[in-house]
Amino acid sequence: MDNLKRTPLYNVHKELNAKMVEFGGWEMPVQYEGIIKEHKAVRERAGLFDVSHMGELLLEGPGALDVLQRLVTNDISKIDIGRAVYTPMVKEDGGTLDDLLIYNLGADRYLLVVNASNKDKDLNWLKDHLSGKVNVADKSEDYALLALQGPLAQQVLQKITSLDLKAIKYYHFTMGVVAGIPCLVSRTGYTGEDGFELYCHPEEAEKLWQAVLTTGKEDGVVPAGLGARDTLRFEACLPLYGNELSEEINPLMAGLGWTVKFNKGDFIGKEALAEIKDAGVSHKLVGLKMVERGIPRTGYPVEFNGQEVGWVTTGSYAPTLNANLALAYVKPGYAEEGTELEIVIRGKGLKAAVVPKPFYKRQK
Amino acid sequence: MANIPGELKYSKEHEWVKVDGGRAVIGITDYAQDSLGDIVFVELPNVGDTFEAGDTLGVVESVKAASDIYTPLSGKVVEINRELEDSPEVINEDPYEKGWMVVLELSDPSQVENLLSKEEYEQFLEENA
Repeated sequence: MDNLKRTPLYNVHKELNAKMVEFGGWEMPVQYEGIIKEHKAVRERAGLFDVSHMGELLLEGPGALDVLQRLVTNDISKIDIGRAVYTPMVKEDGGTLDDLLIYNLGADRYLLVVNASNKDKDLNWLKDHLSGKVNVADKSEDYALLALQGPLAQQVLQKITSLDLKAIKYYHFTMGVVAGIPCLVSRTGYTGEDGFELYCHPEEAEKLWQAVLTTGKEDGVVPAGLGARDTLRFEACLPLYGNELSEEINPLMAGLGWTVKFNKGDFIGKEALAEIKDAGVSHKLVGLKMVERGIPRTGYPVEFNGQEVGWVTTGSYAPTLNANLALAYVKPGYAEEGTELEIVIRGKGLKAAVVPKPFYKRQK
Repeated sequence: MANIPGELKYSKEHEWVKVDGGRAVIGITDYAQDSLGDIVFVELPNVGDTFEAGDTLGVVESVKAASDIYTPLSGKVVEINRELEDSPEVINEDPYEKGWMVVLELSDPSQVENLLSKEEYEQFLEENA
């Protein structure tokens, strides 16, 4: 664990006896009491995550919108001040550099929240593609990020803020004070549940963390680690960069066509993506459910009658669904619901069937 | 601190062994189950399979990863704990009793001398864990 970065909550995790692991260059809590317990707490009540490893880049200056429109695939002109949007950022060939959240802060300022492992790459890419008086700066050291996720998130958070939380719609945000701490309060998340992400100054992170946990205790709010975050996002079929997305994988393959806006004007990768769209993708991202006993894992081959037709991007036991599931890229002819394929687990092809995505969808 | 019963023998791969005459019951230690986290899948050998010491006897999988289980002794499988197939979490809850995995009929009982005592395993954990 040498040379790993630590979040402002490192000592809090240690005190909670969290198991720490390396993730994207950071020493992060993978679990506290257990992944399944934490997973279920988020589905049934709420869990508090430290995701301060995420990178924050501030892009600002006159013409910032035009620069961004060229850099990402989604249509940023559609988000007013106070709104957020999810978008891939791709290379000329359409391969995904990163997937990120963009907040419109107003006054030609946009906050880009990027994956920790891609932050430096993203920053360099952005700098190489700036124009005019637009600047980009790495603000990651200025932000801690806490995520309160679960059906009780609003009810719990409302006890420690005078903001009217129900007025903050999904993928909207506002500036406000929570537990006496200035925060950017965003109704977003990565678990498939309702919830909020709270950006605050690193020095206030511990106070905010304790305030949320103390207030949430009577409602059964627990700290939750990256292990549960991964199983939760997996059940909701939210892509993880490095698994479902990479520089070799374009957003159309990943089923993210809804984030690629061909009619918004020119953007990097548009031509390549348009060609891929016309010709059809080489592979499609599908959900698979094991028919035979076994747990699929990242990288396991997917076969049809012994012929390789794809690979598993993420596989796991899914705690909410009590099933062994996988996300996998397969050739288009094998992507139809009900198709029976084999996943090669320790040398044996074990039966799995294509099932609908997402595996889990919350009741609104 | 991990629970390490005095009456059992241990391997450096974190299996426990309960020797009973020419037979040995094998499972994974409290330290192993705690390191793995929530166990959600177990693959056991078939009754009648034979193994040499050091062979892969089976697999346990937690939410995060799959781990091989090695047999520290040579022998033939005479019994397996089928209950684990439907309730793998028993290994987390009770690694030394209900969480047992296989019973081997030993082909070379002298190998038992190579196993660690409670004190030796404790020391091994202190130095390596």
